[in-house]
Amino acid sequence: MTRLLATLTLCVVVAAPLAAQDTTQGEKGVRVGIDVNRGVRPGVIVLPVASGLDSVRAIVQRDLDYSDRFEMIGATDIASGTPTGGRATEGELQSGINYGLYRSFGASYGVQIVSAPGGVTVRLHDIRAGKVRNQQNFVLASGEGEAFRMSVHQVGDEVTRWISGTPGIAATQVLFVGGDKRIYRIDSDGWGATPITPAGEPAFSPAWSPDGRRFAYTRLDRGEIIVRDLGGGGAVTVPGTESGVNYTAAFSPDGRHVAFAHSDEQGTNIVSADVAARCCVQRLTVGRFADNLSPTYSPDGRRIAFVSTRAGPPQVYFMDADGADQQLLVPFDYGTTGASYSPEWAPDGTSVAFHRDVGGTFQVLVMDVASRRVRQVTSSGRNEDPTWAPDGRHLAFISDRTGRRQLWVLDLETGRVRQLGTSSVARIPSWSRRLGGAVSNP
Amino acid sequence: MRVSHILTVAIAGALVVACGKKPEPEVSATPAVDSAAMMRARQDSIDAANRRRAEEEARQRAEQERLAREAAERMAALRSDLEAKIHFDYDQAKVQQGDQQILDRKAAILQANSSVTLRIEGNADARGSDEYNLALGNRRALAAKQYLVNKGIDGSRLETLSNGEEKPIAQGTDEGAYAQNRRDDFVITAGADNLVAPQ
Repeated sequence: MTRLLATLTLCVVVAAPLAAQDTTQGEKGVRVGIDVNRGVRPGVIVLPVASGLDSVRAIVQRDLDYSDRFEMIGATDIASGTPTGGRATEGELQSGINYGLYRSFGASYGVQIVSAPGGVTVRLHDIRAGKVRNQQNFVLASGEGEAFRMSVHQVGDEVTRWISGTPGIAATQVLFVGGDKRIYRIDSDGWGATPITPAGEPAFSPAWSPDGRRFAYTRLDRGEIIVRDLGGGGAVTVPGTESGVNYTAAFSPDGRHVAFAHSDEQGTNIVSADVAARCCVQRLTVGRFADNLSPTYSPDGRRIAFVSTRAGPPQVYFMDADGADQQLLVPFDYGTTGASYSPEWAPDGTSVAFHRDVGGTFQVLVMDVASRRVRQVTSSGRNEDPTWAPDGRHLAFISDRTGRRQLWVLDLETGRVRQLGTSSVARIPSWSRRLGGAVSNP
Repeated sequence: MRVSHILTVAIAGALVVACGKKPEPEVSATPAVDSAAMMRARQDSIDAANRRRAEEEARQRAEQERLAREAAERMAALRSDLEAKIHFDYDQAKVQQGDQQILDRKAAILQANSSVTLRIEGNADARGSDEYNLALGNRRALAAKQYLVNKGIDGSRLETLSNGEEKPIAQGTDEGAYAQNRRDDFVITAGADNLVAPQ
C-alpha cells in the first residue's frame, strides 16, 4: 500500500479556465456576462484501466469533462517517469479502490471501467462513503469508428446522470455548413467531421429532426428544402418549397411538421408543411411589407418564435403554431436596440437564444422566457447562430474569434468556452437531441 | 508566240493611227488584226469592270461589316444596360436615387423589346446575418421589380431570386468589397437576340 502511495500521484487536470468570458460593456438594459457558479462541482476521477480500455477511458473522461458539471481529477505515475495513460497497477486492480487516497485529492466520485463480454462494466464509486453507488454493463459497438464512439459516449452520458441527475450531452452531434457549402456532421467532442450532403449541391440551414434520424436543409441551387434520411433512406422535397427560395427549416417537436421561411414575390413568410403526410402547406405569416423567417418551435410544439421586420429592424416575435396571436417576444428599444436574428428555443422551454447586432458586430444573447430578461453571453469577436445542446446549458455557435468563422461551445453555467472541431469554415450549426437510443432524462 | 502577238498589236496600233478619219473600212478590211485589238480592249474593259465590281463588293462588305459591328456594339450596349447592377445601403432594400436612371434605361429597353425577360437576383454582403440575408436579397430583387413595374413593365417578364450573401463578386472584408456585394444582378433570360434601341 505504501508502494502504491509512492508510485501513484494524483494531480488535478488543468481544465480550461472557468472565468466568465465576457466583461465588456453591452447595450443598455442588457446584462453582460455569465453567472459563474464555482465550488459546487464534485471532483471526479476516472480510475486507471486495464490494457485495451485506454480509448474507452479517454472518451468517458472527456465526456465527463465536457459536461462541465465536474472537477475532473487525473492520475499520473511519477515513479516510472512516464505518464501511465491511466493504466492500473496490478496491485490496485486486485486490491480494489484506495478511497482514502482519492479522497485526499478531492475526488467525490471514482468511475471504474472494466472489461465485460461485449463491452464494459462501469462502477461509480462514492469515494466519501467508500462504496459502489452504481454499476451497469454496457454493450459497446465494435471497431473504433463512429458507432463505437457513440456507444462509449452513451456510457459517459449515463455516468453523468448517475452523479448529477441529468444525462450528459456526449452522445450528440452537430450539423453545420462547411466552407464548400456542404452540410457536415461532427460528434459533440469534435471527432469525425463528415460531409452528409452531395458534393456540388450548395446547402444551407441544416436542422435536426427530433429523433435524430433525419435532417432538413436548403438546397440553395434550387431553393428547395430537402429532408434527408441519415440511415441512407433517401431524400424528399418538403411540400411548398418547389417555388421561391426556402430556408431556416425547423422540425416540430413531434417530427411531423417542418416550418420554414419562403421568399417569393409576396416577400418572406413562414410556412409550415406536414412532412409525414407530405401535405398541408400552410402560410403562418402575411407580410406584404415585412419579412418573417427563422421559425423555432417551443418544446411543447404549441408556439413558434421567429424573426420579423414588421417594426423595421429584424426582432424576435412569437405566435401560436397555427399562426394565430402574433406578438413581440424579445423586448427592444426602437432605434437603439440592434437587429436580432436566429432564435432557438431551449429544450426545456425556459429560454430563447439568438444573436443581435451589438456595436456593429454580432453577439449571442439568451432571454429568460418567464421574465423576458435578456443577457449577453459572448463578447469576443463576432458570435452568431446559437443552437442548444439537449441539456439546455450548452450552446454551440459560430465565432470568428480566431480570425475565421468556426464552431464553438459555451457552457452557460461556468462560462467555459471550447472550440468544436477544426473545420476551416463553419456556419449555421444545429445541435441534435440525444442520439441512438441514448439514456433518457429521468 | 508572244513576240508575234506584240507585233500584231503594234501593227494594229500603227494602222489605227495611220488610218486617221477613215478607220472603220480599214479595220473591217483587216478583220484579223482588228479583232485581236477589239478582244484585247474588251478584255481590258471586262477586267476593269471586274475590278470595280470587286472593289464595290469589298466596299459593301466592309460597310456591312461596319454596320454589323455597330449593330453588335449597339446590341452589346443594350445588353449591358439591361444587365447593369444597382447597389444598396447596408441592410436596406430601397432603390437609391443614383440608381434610378439605371432602372429607367432598363425600362425603356424593355418597352422597345417586348420579348425580353429578366431575372433579378438580389444579393447581400457578408456583414449581415447569413440566413436573414436571403430575405434581404429577396426584398432587394422585389424593390427593383416594383420600380420597373411602376414604369409600365409587365411583372410577368421579371422573375426574382435571392442569393443572400452566397454569391459575392468582391471577396474582401472591407466596406469597399461589401458595397459591391450589396446589389441586384440582372440576368437576361429570353428574347434578347435582336434588341432594338428605344426611341
